[in-house]
Parts: sequence; structure tokens; C-alpha cells
Amino acid sequence: MNAPTHPFASDLTLPLTEIDVADPKRFELDCWQPLFSRLRKESPVHYQTVGDLGPFWSISRFDDIVEIEKNAEVFSSEPSIAIIDPLPELDIKNFIAMDEPSHSLQRKAFQPVVAPKNLTEFESLIRSRTRAALESLPENTPFNWVELVSRNLTTQMLATLFDFPWEERQKLSMWSDAAVSDERITGKADLTLEERQLMAVDIFESFSKLWQERLDDGVESFDLIRLMQKDPNTKDLINDPVMFIGNLLLLIVGGNDTTRNSMTGGVIFFNENPSELEKVRNDTSLIPSMVSEVIRFQTPLPHMRRTVTRDFEFKGHRMKEGDKVVLWYCSANRDDDVIKNPDSFVIDRESPRNHASFGFGIHRCMGNRLAEMQLRVLWEECLDLFESIEVQAEPTRLSNNFVRGYSELEVVVKRN
Amino acid sequence: MTDMMESVVPRIIFVQADGSQSEVEVSRGHQSVMEFALESGIGGIDADCGGSAVCGTCHCFVNDPHMFGAIEPNEEAMLGLRPDRENNSRLSCQLSLSDVSADTTITLPEFQM
Ligand code: HEM
Ligand code: FES
Repeated sequence: MNAPTHPFASDLTLPLTEIDVADPKRFELDCWQPLFSRLRKESPVHYQTVGDLGPFWSISRFDDIVEIEKNAEVFSSEPSIAIIDPLPELDIKNFIAMDEPSHSLQRKAFQPVVAPKNLTEFESLIRSRTRAALESLPENTPFNWVELVSRNLTTQMLATLFDFPWEERQKLSMWSDAAVSDERITGKADLTLEERQLMAVDIFESFSKLWQERLDDGVESFDLIRLMQKDPNTKDLINDPVMFIGNLLLLIVGGNDTTRNSMTGGVIFFNENPSELEKVRNDTSLIPSMVSEVIRFQTPLPHMRRTVTRDFEFKGHRMKEGDKVVLWYCSANRDDDVIKNPDSFVIDRESPRNHASFGFGIHRCMGNRLAEMQLRVLWEECLDLFESIEVQAEPTRLSNNFVRGYSELEVVVKRN
Repeated sequence: MTDMMESVVPRIIFVQADGSQSEVEVSRGHQSVMEFALESGIGGIDADCGGSAVCGTCHCFVNDPHMFGAIEPNEEAMLGLRPDRENNSRLSCQLSLSDVSADTTITLPEFQM
């Protein structure tokens, strides 16, 4: 990049105390690595007071993040796992932002639906839908991979999981986008508070309707709504709208943006590293390992936040009750104390699943095997169908510090 | 002499969810059962986090719970999330191979997540 005009060129020279680590623009311009590599070296437990979201601590080393996530009593997930606190006007509760014992009770109710045992039931359906979507892509003409593949497929997947009305499935990705479009996260006013409130009402109404229709209809199905209705922990959830919308949104966002952006990231990484693509082409048994590497390299959620519950000393730093602590997974994934050659995309690493993208400890991603399966199926089908997927231009990245992703990636595909 | 030595080396019998079994003699080393199983080519353990007790994907069921050290709070928290938790559930990365003092059976779950 062109140093004099680059807005974050000073990341290497400014005193760290003057830098806003969470500036969403750094992700939009994809120039976050130098700052985090400096933090890991010079100030791995770093306190910032500047910036719109400050003050907060930034944790940038892999092992420190693991240690903090092990200590969920001191490092609480309440009231929020984003740097910003929830707006009182839009206070949606779900178990990702809850501590024990409520967290485990709720998580256990939802977990079976995404257990690998259940996933095998979904896999063939996902495969045929993936195949159909890929077969319908225009050949030899540029198109936006984000829209036609990543977004399309993750939306279909969500509709499949919830058994959501097929024609209305676009709503699911619209809600997902809205959930993470807080101006304080993106630095842009995409949606007004009122629009987001209306959206919450829409979510509640749509799902209440499905809930009522399915109540005691006797149909045996694995969809999430029926599973919620069957489990004693969640069967009355509808009576608590804040929690009901919250947990639905958690599953929608959790399973949407993250997988979507990994679907796009993979195409970009292969274009930058054609020899890695050759490796999988020659040996498709490497696909699962390559999927983990894509998830590491993308780090679809760059951070989670914790809040200190009592004064606590961590690595010689005095943290105070109420302090915000931001765990930078994107940085942990580039920490060469744990990951060999971390800035390279290498699809046949020794322990490919040993990355930070799913977090650690009791809040570790519940949908990790589902995400891996979707990506595996996508690449199995892509390799079978396409001779090449060529990136035509720099992708357009999101200005967002919570979701690391893309809104546009122009590609041209050629069939085998 | 060799025969005598062999008869005192304990074995772990790993049983997969489908019932298939592998018997492995416990070689010396300060390893965890998880590491030992992976090195011995035993399937059914993912061990995503490499042994830090923060992923839960090395879950197993032990036949002789008293043989191993007590469950620490961290391990308990991770086990608590497993939909297939049983009384004899353990994280194999928290089991020390040197605790295996006699032949014992370890059963692997249907899936890891
Ligand atoms: C590549 C895709 C994905 C990535 C990178 C990802 C990442 C994450 C991360 C970082 C966390 C928080 C972990 C922590 O605090 O330690 C999380 C939690 C969660 N994820 Fe995912 N996720 C992905 C896909 C999915 C999918 C497909 C689902 C669908 C069900 C899902 C559902 C959840 C849920 C429910 C939680 C909350 C778990 C808890 O608090 O106990 N995720 N995910
Ligand atoms: S290997 Fe991760 S908990 Fe045992």
C-alpha cells in the first residue's frame, strides 16, 4: 500500500496510547495486522482510553485469550460481548451474553440441533441446494460471489435449520445484517434505531406465527423451532419476548455472517495462493483441513468482549471491576508463539483446528461443526464443478470491527 | 523376561461408538490420554484446542473413574455443555497417562463438538 496516503501508516510510529485499536476502518482497508503484531510484542495487555468506544483493554496474544476465557467468573459475558453495551431501547438478551448458570441451561437446550449426529441428516439437503446454486451461476461473466453464493447459501441454510418459509427466507439475512449494523460498530448510520426496533417486532411476529402453527402439530422434525418447543428449558421461551428474539437472533447471526464471510474469504485466499489450491485439487481429503485454515485466516469475528467482575490482576496489570476486556481473535490467529508461520495461508497445517476463530471455553462457538460442514460441502462441490474461480477486483470489505467480512467480490467462474 | 515385562504393561482398550475396539499398550511418557490416543492413531477424538481444556472435543467415557485425578472446575464446566454427558465423562486431555495402572477401557462418544 502507498505509505504517505495510507490512513493507518502511523500505526507503527504513534505511541500506542494514542491509537484507537477498534477503529472499524482498519478492517475495511484490511490493514489491521501491523498494529496487532505491534501490540503482541509491545503491549499484549493494553489499555486504551482514546476512541469512541474506549476505555477498554485489548488482549492480543493467543495464550492470554485462552487464559481469560477459562476464567468466566472474573471475565463475564454480561452485559454484552460487543465493545458497546446494548441500547436500553433495544435490549435483546441471549445466552452468548449470559453467565452461569443461565448460560449453560439455555445453551444445552439449543446444542443438540447442531450436534454432528443431526448434521448428517441435513448434509444431503445442503449439498443438493449448494449444487443447484453453483450450477445456476453465470459462466464466463463477472458476478458478485458474495450475493450469488455466500449470501444465498447461508440464507438457504438458515431457512433449512428453522424450516422457515422458503419464499420469505431473505428476511433472515436482512435481520442478521441489521443485528450487527449498530452505528457504534460500523461507524456508519446504516439503519436508524427505529428501523432496528421495527425489525425486532417483525422477527418476533414471524417466529411467533411459526411457533403457534407448529405447537403440537405432531410433525416429527429436527427444525430449531420444534426442538425449542420440545425442550423443557426452552418450551416457554415465547413468553419472554426479549429472550425469544435474542436467542433466535443469536442463531441467525451466529450462523450467517460468519459462514458467509468464510465462503468469500476462501475464494480470495485461493486466488492469492494458487499453489494451495493445487494441493487440494490433487488431494481432496485435505478439504476439512483447508476449511479450518480458511476459518483461521478469515477470523470472521475479530473479537469478543468480557467485563471484569471484581478487581483483578492479570499479567501484572490491575484491572478494575467493570473494565471492558476485548479479546482480539484476529490477532491470536497471527500469534507465532502458537501458530507456525501464521501470516501464510497453508491448507495442510499440523493442527488446523487449533485456531482462535471459534473462541474458547464455555462460550466456544456452538455451531462450529455446522459451519465446517457447510464450508466443506461448498468446496467439495466447487472443486467438482469449476476449473477456476477468478477474482476480478479487490473485494469491498465491511467497515465493521465486530464482523470481518465483504459486501462484494467480483469473480468469473469456468466450468470443468 | 520379556514375557514378564509385557504382562505388567497396562493396556487401554479404546472402544468406538460403533463398538469397534483397539487395544494399545501404555508406553511411558508424561502424556495425556488424548495425546497418547492421537499418536496411536485412535479415531473419535478431535482435540481442537490441543489439550487446554477449552474446546471439549476430546470427550470420552472412562470405565475406571477412580484411576484418574479429580475433575477440575474448568473441565467440569466444559463437560457440563456436552449434550451426551454421562457420570463417567472426562476430557481425555485432562487424564494423565501415568495414572493408567492397570488395563482399562475408554469409550469414545458418537461425535465431538
Ligand atoms: C465460521 C463460522 C463461525 C465462526 C467463526 C463463529 C465464531 C464464534 C465465536 C467467536 C463465538 C464466541 C466464542 C467465545 O465467546 O468464546 C461464537 C459463539 C456462538 N456461535 Fe459461532 N461462529 C461460526 C458459526 C456459527 C454457526 C453456523 C452457528 C449456528 C448455530 C453459530 C452459533 C453460535 C452460538 C449459538 C454461539 C454462542 C455460544 C455460547 O455463548 O455458549 N456459530 N461463535
Ligand atoms: S483437547 Fe480441547 S478440551 Fe481437551
